[in-house]
Parts: sequence; structure tokens; C-alpha cells
Amino acid sequence: MQKFKTIKSIPAYLPIVNIDTDMIIPKQFLKTIKRTGLGKNLFYEMRYNEKGTLINDFILNTSPFNNSKILIAGKNFGCGSSREHAPWALLDFGITCVISSSYADIFYNNCFKNGILPIVLPEAKIKELSEYSKRKEEIIVNLEEQKITFGNNEIEFEIDRFKKKCLIEGLDDIALSLEKNPKITEFEKKLSSKRPWIFND
Amino acid sequence: MSKTLYDKIWDDHLVHTQDDGTSLLYVDRHLVHEVTSPQAFEGLRNSNRKVRQPNLTLAVADHNVPTSDRSKGIYDEESKLQVETLEKNCEEFGIKLFGMNDKRQGIVHIIGPEQGFTQPGSIIVCGDSHTATHGAFGSLAFGIGTSEVEHVLATQTLVQKKSKNFRIKVDGKLSIGVTSKDVILQIIGKIGTAGGTGYVIEYAGSLISSLSVEQRMTICNMTIEGGARAGLIEPDQKIFDYLNGRPMAPKKENWDKALDYWSKLKSDNDADFDKEVTLEGKDIVPMVTWGTSPQDVISIDGRIPNPENEADEDRKNSIERSLKYMGLKPGTAIKDVKIDKVFIGSCTNGRIEDLRDAAKIIKNKKVAQHVYAMVVPGSGLVKQQAEQEGLDKVFKDSGFDWREPGCSMCLAMNADKLKPEERCASTSNRNFEGRQGRGGRTHLVSPGMAAAAAISGSLDDVRKFQN
Repeated sequence: MQKFKTIKSIPAYLPIVNIDTDMIIPKQFLKTIKRTGLGKNLFYEMRYNEKGTLINDFILNTSPFNNSKILIAGKNFGCGSSREHAPWALLDFGITCVISSSYADIFYNNCFKNGILPIVLPEAKIKELSEYSKRKEEIIVNLEEQKITFGNNEIEFEIDRFKKKCLIEGLDDIALSLEKNPKITEFEKKLSSKRPWIFND
Repeated sequence: MSKTLYDKIWDDHLVHTQDDGTSLLYVDRHLVHEVTSPQAFEGLRNSNRKVRQPNLTLAVADHNVPTSDRSKGIYDEESKLQVETLEKNCEEFGIKLFGMNDKRQGIVHIIGPEQGFTQPGSIIVCGDSHTATHGAFGSLAFGIGTSEVEHVLATQTLVQKKSKNFRIKVDGKLSIGVTSKDVILQIIGKIGTAGGTGYVIEYAGSLISSLSVEQRMTICNMTIEGGARAGLIEPDQKIFDYLNGRPMAPKKENWDKALDYWSKLKSDNDADFDKEVTLEGKDIVPMVTWGTSPQDVISIDGRIPNPENEADEDRKNSIERSLKYMGLKPGTAIKDVKIDKVFIGSCTNGRIEDLRDAAKIIKNKKVAQHVYAMVVPGSGLVKQQAEQEGLDKVFKDSGFDWREPGCSMCLAMNADKLKPEERCASTSNRNFEGRQGRGGRTHLVSPGMAAAAAISGSLDDVRKFQN
């Protein structure tokens, strides 16, 4: 996984609540067997009309937001399906940070596995930032210091300590867990006597 | 200290806990399907890793499979590749797979219980948000992303932080024509689509215990639509009877040991819940969604809400957006809304009792002329059972299309989908924009309500058709 570095970008604001993962990446694009290449289909039904032509006034189709690395959105972002294609599509488009007042659990976790930082802020702060985004000026997201800087203002944000470490160091989850292999083996030994039916042998 | 059922299952699966509470949990059962697994297997190959416990893993293709004649294979090239990739991966990594032409093939959340793979007290995961279904057996079951699928394949564990405890108590009895689908729709309407975020829900109360095993699955299935990753119900004799003798259920002395363990799986009487909500059976009526989120729900006697009456700006905008997408006007009686299609099936309502419910309503009646109606059984075994009971004939005689098992038009990844502006009464779980096809308009209902809508040609009250 790519190490998460400080981001400097003009943020795009999508003023919709309950953006579900079907909206982020519709099912016809889930047929892929790869993780890459989904960026062009991000928010497909909002970005393209039925003939497949770009809808010019959709924010991510307009300059400078078509190059945004930061997306600000309404509450309960990423609800619905567990599809990791949603963060893959965001990442492939170039978005590595989402800012919302709340997320669905599965999507939230999926972000961290892909080097995307989902920031939770109170509604009032979202309002402040979304207002600022109209100026089309860069903002800075600094994960190390847990701080968003816009103009002369700063907003601090909270984040799980371990998740932060994984993002900053770009850690491979599986390798970390495999280091605990002796513990897993020990657990399996106990399991086969405590709940032997689990192994079905 | 007193514990909830969730606390107990959590504790029994702890492999390791860090100081900050981040824990490594052992996974007893891993279900795999073709859409969310190819990248996980690819990851294993790239890092030269194996599947740690192939025998705790079960795979099936369900999302992409055609529900029409399968003798010609899959027409869509990408769907075909995805299904073939699953077959190859299962062979390479030694995982049991129910292939497309196996009669045990079906929707992953239907075949798990059907085979007895789903068991009380276990942790069950799958790269699919409706894994919550299996919580009906008193297991901790939840959806995971593809990176987590890879993690489970490689380590048989998952890194998790503990959720909070939420109890939803439903007491009383179901009125005639009301089903567990109406119960869960009403719950989601009450708590909202993010009401359960950060929680594991335990469903309790006399009405919940009175439900059949399959009815319980419908409730747990849609837990994710209320924002909680997992919802569970204390297992009881009905669950044990259901599992006894299933192909993958424990046998002989293991059965006795399992039963002893399962019987103790319950929340302590004085266990603390971080949040509680109570509903009364007598207040639950047939429900239908009008908007593009499962929380947009009203009773079948209700009217489409007016955004002007909303004080909250976000909510107002959201209603306006939904109504525009759904092509509906505020104040319209929902019963006056004409439909084009009916879909009966999905992991929410594709089991035998669901088909029986719908067949009872449709028997000796005809599907309205302008309506196309389809039944997609949840698995090959559900289909076989229904055919033995003659339900296929009841559906076909009334004008329904009788299809092969799969996810089908619940998410429209295969050829079954709505055209723009087509309106569907659907027994599935999501009414999101574009879910059943671009521009398609979904109204979520119970199987009986879907049958009633098929007959009337518009959304209708199933209670009108009770014999």
C-alpha cells in the first residue's frame, strides 16, 4: 500500500447525503477481476448521460474539480454494499481523502486498506469547508498532525491511532497478522477441543 | 460482568488484542462469491500465500449467473470471466465450490444456512454486506471488503475493533398479512439508514422469538440497511431443529457438544446495551418504500411525503431528489402508484416460505396485463422444493416467469434489470438510485405485497387478498 502523504488539493463538494456504494460505482463495473481502471466509472450515473457522454455540470467533470484529491460529501457516505470497488474507483480517479460527518462502517474500513483517509468532522465544520471549496483554492490535509488547513484557518480531526500508523507507514495488514501466526495456531488448537465441530472432521 | 450475546461471541474468538483495543478475531466460516474475491486470490498469488483453512471456506457463483436457460453458459463475456475465475481460484486453492450447474448453487446467504454451514456462536464473514443474514442463527456475521477477504483467506482471522451493543425489542404478534419484511422495514424507518452505524444489533422480544428461522433471516439480512454491520438473534430450539441433519451441520458426538454450547448462547439478563429501541407487533402494518433509501418507508395506506414539511435542510433536499428520481408527487396515495414489473427473490426474500407466501396470494389470480412478473428462487434446492410443492405451477398459471436461482434483479448484474423509469415492486433489499438498472424505480415490499401488486398492477394492500 502507498504511504499516505500530506495532500494539497482543491476539494470538490458533493452536497448529497447517504451516498451509497451503488452511486459511487454501479454494478456493471463490478465484473472486473482487477483493482485498477475504475476511476473513469466513478459516480458513473451522475457523470455520464445514458449515451455515455460527460454531463458537463457535474462537479467532478468541471475544472478544477476534475483533478481534486479531496472529496467533501454529505453524511453517511459509502452506505450499502461492501464492494471495495468503491474506494478503488475513488483512488483510481485520484481521490485519497474523503471528508464527511459520518460513514458506513464497511466503506470506512475499506478506505484504510487502500491508502484513503476518511475524515470525520462535525456538520458545522463540513459547512465551513464546503463554503470555502467554492473559492477553488487548495486546502492541506496533514494526517501526521491531524489537521486541515484552509486559508488562515485550521480544523483538527480525530483518528484511530493504529489506523493512522497503518496509513502513514503504508503497512500490509496481512503481513502484520501473519506475524501473530503462533497465536493463531494456538487458538486453533484450543478451538479443536472447545468447539470441535467447527473443523467438521 | 454481565455480557451480551455479541460480547460472548467476540470473547470466544479473540486471538489477540492490542492495547488500543484493536483485535484479531478468528473466523469460523468464510463464504466466497465471484464478485468480491478475484482480487483477493490475485493478492494471495502475488505474495505467494496459501489459504489457511480451505475447509472453513465455501464458494458459490451467484451475482453474475443467468436466471434463464443455463445450458448455453453465460452470454456476457465479463460475467463469464468472473465466474470462470472463481472456478479456477477454488481449484487452485482447494476450496469447495458449488458450480453454476450444481443443484445446491444459489445465493450465498441462502446456501450457507441450507447446507448447515451457518452455525450458532460462530463468526461468519463474506465479501458481501448481506452476510448479516446469518445472524438469525445467533452467529456474528458481517460483510467485509475484498482486502479483508484476502486477509481471512491468508490468516483465517480478521482485524476488528469492537462495536457497541444495540437491542431492538419487538413484542406482541404479527397481524394477518404482515411479515418479518414489514418488521425490518419499519425498524429501518424508525432508526434511519445510519441508525445502527457503529453497533451490532440484537433483535429480541416475543414477536422475534415467535418467528420462523427463515423469517428471522429476512430481519437480520436487512440489518445493514439500518447501518449496522451485524444483527443477531439468540438461537433457540427452532434453530437447532432447522440445522439438525443438514449436510454440513455437526454430526454424532459433535452434534451433542455443539448443542450444549449453542444452548448457552444468550445475553445475560442484566447485560447493558448502549442503545435500545422497542416496537409493538400491533403497530406493524404492511410497508412499502417510496424513495431511494430503505429508510424512505410508509405504510401501504400512506401518502408520499412533502419535502416542504421538512425542517431539516438535508432531509428536504434528499426527499426532493428521491421524488424526482422516482417520478412521484407529494401527497399521492402510495396505492395509486402503478407498477411495470414485479421481482420476487433475493437473499432477503428468496426462500421457500417467501415463495409460499406469494403463491398463496397469487393462486387462481392473474398478473395484471401491463405487468411483467418474475420469481427467482434463492437456490437450486429452494427451486426444487417449490416445484415439489407445485408452487412453480401456481406462479406460471398466473403469468409469472419462473427462473433459475441467483441474485438476479436485486442488483441487476446479470441480464435481469429495469429499464429507465420502469417501476418495480421488489422483495429485495435496496431501492438505491440505479440499483435494479439505470433509472429504474424500486419499491421494496414483502413477497405477499409483491404478489398483490402483480395482481392489481399498482402497489396494493396484501390484506385485501387474504382468504
